[in-house]
Amino acid sequence: MTMNWGFLRRWETLLVVILLLVLALNLQLSSHFLDAGNIANIFYLSIEKAIVVLAMAFIIINGEIDLSVASVMGLSATIVAAIYEDGGSVTEGILLALFVGLLCGAANGFFVAYANLPSLVVTLAGLIGYRGIARILLEDRSVGDYPSAFTDMGQGNFLGDFQATFFMLLGLFVLFFIVLHFSAFGRYIYVIGNNKAAAEFAGVPVKRVKVALFMISGFISAFAGILYAARLGNVRANAAEGFELDIITIVLLGGVSIFGGKGTLAGVGLSLLVVLCLRNGMSLSHVDGNTQTSIVGVLLILSVLIPNWLQKFQIIWERRTRQEGSPSLVNRKEHSLN
Amino acid sequence: MKRFIQVHHLREASLLLVILVVVFVFGNQIENYFTASTFTRISSTVAIIAVVAVGQTLVILTRNVDLSVGSIVGFTAYFVGHELNQNQEISPALILLMAISLGAAMGLVNGLLVAYGRVPAIVVTLGTMAIYRGIFVEYSNSESVVTARLPDWVKDLPRESVLQVGELELRALPAIAIAMVILFNLLLVYTHWGRRLYAIGSNPEAAELAGISSQRRVAVAFTLSGALAGLGGFMYLARIGTITVVAAQGLELQVVAAAVVGGVSILGGTGTMFGALLGACLIGIIEQSLIRMNINEFWKDAILGLSILLAVATDSVIVSSVQNWWSRTVVRPINTTSEKTA
Repeated sequence: MTMNWGFLRRWETLLVVILLLVLALNLQLSSHFLDAGNIANIFYLSIEKAIVVLAMAFIIINGEIDLSVASVMGLSATIVAAIYEDGGSVTEGILLALFVGLLCGAANGFFVAYANLPSLVVTLAGLIGYRGIARILLEDRSVGDYPSAFTDMGQGNFLGDFQATFFMLLGLFVLFFIVLHFSAFGRYIYVIGNNKAAAEFAGVPVKRVKVALFMISGFISAFAGILYAARLGNVRANAAEGFELDIITIVLLGGVSIFGGKGTLAGVGLSLLVVLCLRNGMSLSHVDGNTQTSIVGVLLILSVLIPNWLQKFQIIWERRTRQEGSPSLVNRKEHSLN
Repeated sequence: MKRFIQVHHLREASLLLVILVVVFVFGNQIENYFTASTFTRISSTVAIIAVVAVGQTLVILTRNVDLSVGSIVGFTAYFVGHELNQNQEISPALILLMAISLGAAMGLVNGLLVAYGRVPAIVVTLGTMAIYRGIFVEYSNSESVVTARLPDWVKDLPRESVLQVGELELRALPAIAIAMVILFNLLLVYTHWGRRLYAIGSNPEAAELAGISSQRRVAVAFTLSGALAGLGGFMYLARIGTITVVAAQGLELQVVAAAVVGGVSILGGTGTMFGALLGACLIGIIEQSLIRMNINEFWKDAILGLSILLAVATDSVIVSSVQNWWSRTVVRPINTTSEKTA
């Protein structure tokens, strides 16, 4: 047998199958589903999440997690709003928001890399704290009426039915893809995620890479928050609250291991399409927002549970087929699962 | 020589000091702060956070985390409130049983997925946080529980006084919380089950080699966390009365914060129930006092986030250096004696 069936066992293949299924179901619901207008709309409604997914993929492949992204998004949107409300220009607001995003990321990264604190706690504190700063800035007010140059950035069509933000996402995806898969920095991300101690001994600047990643995450989240403000044209302190669920789900469903070191941006891109199309399909069939969120929650758990089961079955299967294999080898494999 | 002061005593003493300072500062800023009514209001808030934080501590001790407790509290509060709105005659014991077992069932789902499905707790509970909230919204049809149709014993429960010292009185809800803290602290300190929970959290591989299987205990810890969140849900109903679909949203952050600020290490294996109670007190005091200061209530989250970070940072820097210093002073005399005998 010369044919290589290995691609069948890849996670991406499974995602393509799921995507085709979702597309087929959605086409059943509405024959206009694949119209350019609807596709543009799917991306338009979740563009901020899609952009932050890229940075989150880097962080999780690196073996960390960033729960604070949604709060940084909210904070940057709030900063733009607060500066504008105080009579400043939107450009000043955008620059300050991007800077603060970078700063939030640097703070997260510092505590994770240099104070050796678990990223879960640090970014949980960030999740509460950065949202808290947003609340201090806007309290319970809502700020709107931005100049049209700003809202056009989020809402205006750029090419055909597609908004400019869609092409920003496309550009960022290509950029992140090249960095992750074709640069030394990208290899560092994988190496650290696979084995931090080994990476350190091999001379990888683990701490600097981690800080850089959290800063990228903060910056991208701030950027996405600005786009969110531009798209909605109206900002409250609770902007983008709860977005981290969708973002982390998309990354993990894309085949990125929560333990780090595994996953590709191609998979993440596919799972982004799956989740966005699924949400659109559910909206088409009038499933309400909370139920949609629950279904995303189920998806999140399944995206880790199913690979675990597959791995378990694979080990049982290998044990059955390789009868002459030494028992110690089997034991070792089993141990690595734990 | 036995050491009578342990690291967690140091941690709790310093937290107590912080609480005193915070109370003193607020007392200076707010008029009529040092009164019985302030104590009552703060202690009722602390009670709910503390009960749920007891369960959270059990989970965190095993190196896991439970982010779904806010949704569990909200759902059980709605569920029992809805039952009571329909039929006021249901006995208190049955209502409590319903709340606790519903919470335990949701906790069990978390526990099974984490322990036997080998899915990391953060993934499971982030998912079930959304799932339980979604089921709650679906079940409630976006209707609310209203205080007016609750039976009197539920409405009067938060005002029930258990113990009175001068003007200060210990109301029923804080009394439940203190009972839970003492009960689970005894379980943790004096039972095999409790000590093994610490063992699993501080070194899972060593615990496994010592013959302690972690799976069932992790599942039990999550189930207990759910059950306590269920009890917290009942207390939430008694205290708030009106339950909407956003009830207790974000409570999980306060609860995790209470445990972590109280010295329960997120890396597992360290922490006490009294620490978690002190953490809950600090958070309750900050929250309720900021509400009293009117305009500055928006500062609540920022301060909460900062205090978590400070607590964890001091944990890793100060406590570990104190530990190092202590272990050095212990090792030295042993070394000199062994050199002499050699």
